[in-house]
Amino acid sequence: MFSSTPREKRRRKIERIAAVTCFLFTMLLVVPVLAILTYLVVRAWPALSLDFILENPQNLMQSGGIWAPLVGTFCLVWLTLAISAPIGILAGIYLNEYARDNWFTRVVSLAVVNLAGVPSIVHALFGFGAFVLTLGMGKSLLAASCTMSVMTLPVIITSTREALAAVPISFRMACWNMGATRWQTIRTIVLPNSMSGILTGVILQISRTAGETAPILFTGVVFYAPVAESGFASILPYSVDQPFMAMSMHLFTLMTQVRGVSEEMQYATAVALVGLILLISGGAIGLRTWLRNHRRW
Amino acid sequence: MTHKHDEHNERDDSIQTEGLNLWYGTFQALHDIHLRIRSRMITSLIGPSGCGKTTLLRCFNRINERFGYVRTEGSIRVLGKNIYDPDVSLSELRKSIGMVFQRPNPLPISIRENVLFGLRIHSERGDFTRAMQDEMVESALRDVQLWDDVKDQLKKRAVHLSLEQQQKLCIARLLPLKPQVILMDEPCSALDAEGTEQIELLLEQLSEKYTIVIVTHNMGQARRVSHECIFMLHGRMIEHDSTFTIFNNPKNPETDQYVSGHYG
Ligand SMILES: Nc1ncnc2c1ncn2[C@@H]1O[C@H](COP(=O)(O)OP(=O)(O)O)[C@@H](O)[C@H]1O
Ligand SMILES: [Mg+2]
Repeated sequence: MFSSTPREKRRRKIERIAAVTCFLFTMLLVVPVLAILTYLVVRAWPALSLDFILENPQNLMQSGGIWAPLVGTFCLVWLTLAISAPIGILAGIYLNEYARDNWFTRVVSLAVVNLAGVPSIVHALFGFGAFVLTLGMGKSLLAASCTMSVMTLPVIITSTREALAAVPISFRMACWNMGATRWQTIRTIVLPNSMSGILTGVILQISRTAGETAPILFTGVVFYAPVAESGFASILPYSVDQPFMAMSMHLFTLMTQVRGVSEEMQYATAVALVGLILLISGGAIGLRTWLRNHRRW
Repeated sequence: MTHKHDEHNERDDSIQTEGLNLWYGTFQALHDIHLRIRSRMITSLIGPSGCGKTTLLRCFNRINERFGYVRTEGSIRVLGKNIYDPDVSLSELRKSIGMVFQRPNPLPISIRENVLFGLRIHSERGDFTRAMQDEMVESALRDVQLWDDVKDQLKKRAVHLSLEQQQKLCIARLLPLKPQVILMDEPCSALDAEGTEQIELLLEQLSEKYTIVIVTHNMGQARRVSHECIFMLHGRMIEHDSTFTIFNNPKNPETDQYVSGHYG
């Protein structure tokens, strides 16, 4: 009794193969990530130091550090998020919670989807025409952030809509039937329960903003623009109407545009870029966790 | 159609409809409904699936309008007031007409906050002191006989309660708003026999203070709890009478078939 039949043995074998295969493919994913990070850090090791991070590039980039581009990317990321997160989240709320299903809504949705598919170099051209020239921002941190915002908006809108749609309709029904307005429902029930999903969408845009080069190329980033390394001016190193340096661009410069840059410095710059992204994303994830644990509801 | 209302006057009615028609797009879900729901009584809506019971219930607080493609015709009076009058505030209307759903849907907040939710929506911050709030929570939970079960865990999230307790909570959260009418859409269909019995007992008590309209699929339940019964078929009201008459001496052969088919 209860002994296994041949067919059941076969099923068990297949089961084992399936489990092992899935595990191997997961490893296939993890290994390159670890390999890239290890390789970068090992190659960068000789050049990594606090001074490298805290000094401006000097001597035609051949010595000094990466302070200016690091600060530039930091500013770019936060300014971009400050523009695109509120707009994107509010638009997502409108589309998911208020908009009726009519041709206008459908056109807007279609536009959002298509905007997400536009290559970044096209965003760059648009940003140059719209923000730098037409709106007269010039090549500046603001123009670059606006361009980046346009690029990240569709993703934020879409992820916001998805997060909102995941909140069960029965919660809304309960609220509406007690006489709550849509906004009361959104503020007290829907948003608190979708906040972590919404923030996840926003967080994913951080690394994209920090990593892209094309959209800022014509709109604000420059080859060399040192910033104050200390003192009062270092609190707000770049003003929004100035051009700035950025890590992605700086890495490109170090690798292809200037001679005599040591390989260690190139790798160290790459490590710093990855580190910055991890730092900002980590901060945002921390915020998300904090929000999740400290909600009053 | 049968009306048996000669023995009471209109002032006893909580809800009256006249010539009520409703369309979802081009599909007509309600046909020419004339009915009167008597105050402080339990009226049950019975009829096969898809006959329009939920739709009718949702007319009474105008929640159907949340679907953009719904069109309503005819008049609905609640407590004597035509709810389609231009000066009617939907928020106030829904405050005095509570709705309980098929699946218990407590909000993802604490038990205490669930009970106070309606109040928070309809009042400004600071209108009620902490002590008043505590009192209201206790009295609402006592009214649904939930207080003893949950008094030590008011801060816990409501979704951790059993289905039966959740459904009681969904009733309790209506009470601080002092509703006149409570609409219930198959409130026991997600519950086991024990839970159903509990809710039925509760209905009995609540009907002393509130007008209750309950949709039910359970013939036994309609017989046990309701004073009057409305039988619907294909979007039409077929018969409205006292529960006893509907079950023992219906005028309409279709009613007879329906009620006997379910327990005969
Ligand atoms: N939101 C809706 N949109 C379109 N048709 C609906 C909607 N809700 C219900 N209906 C239709 O209206 C009719 C009555 O439905 P309903 O009121 O839910 O019946 P019951 O509650 O008696 O089962 C059904 O034919 C159903 O398909
Ligand atoms: Mg129904």
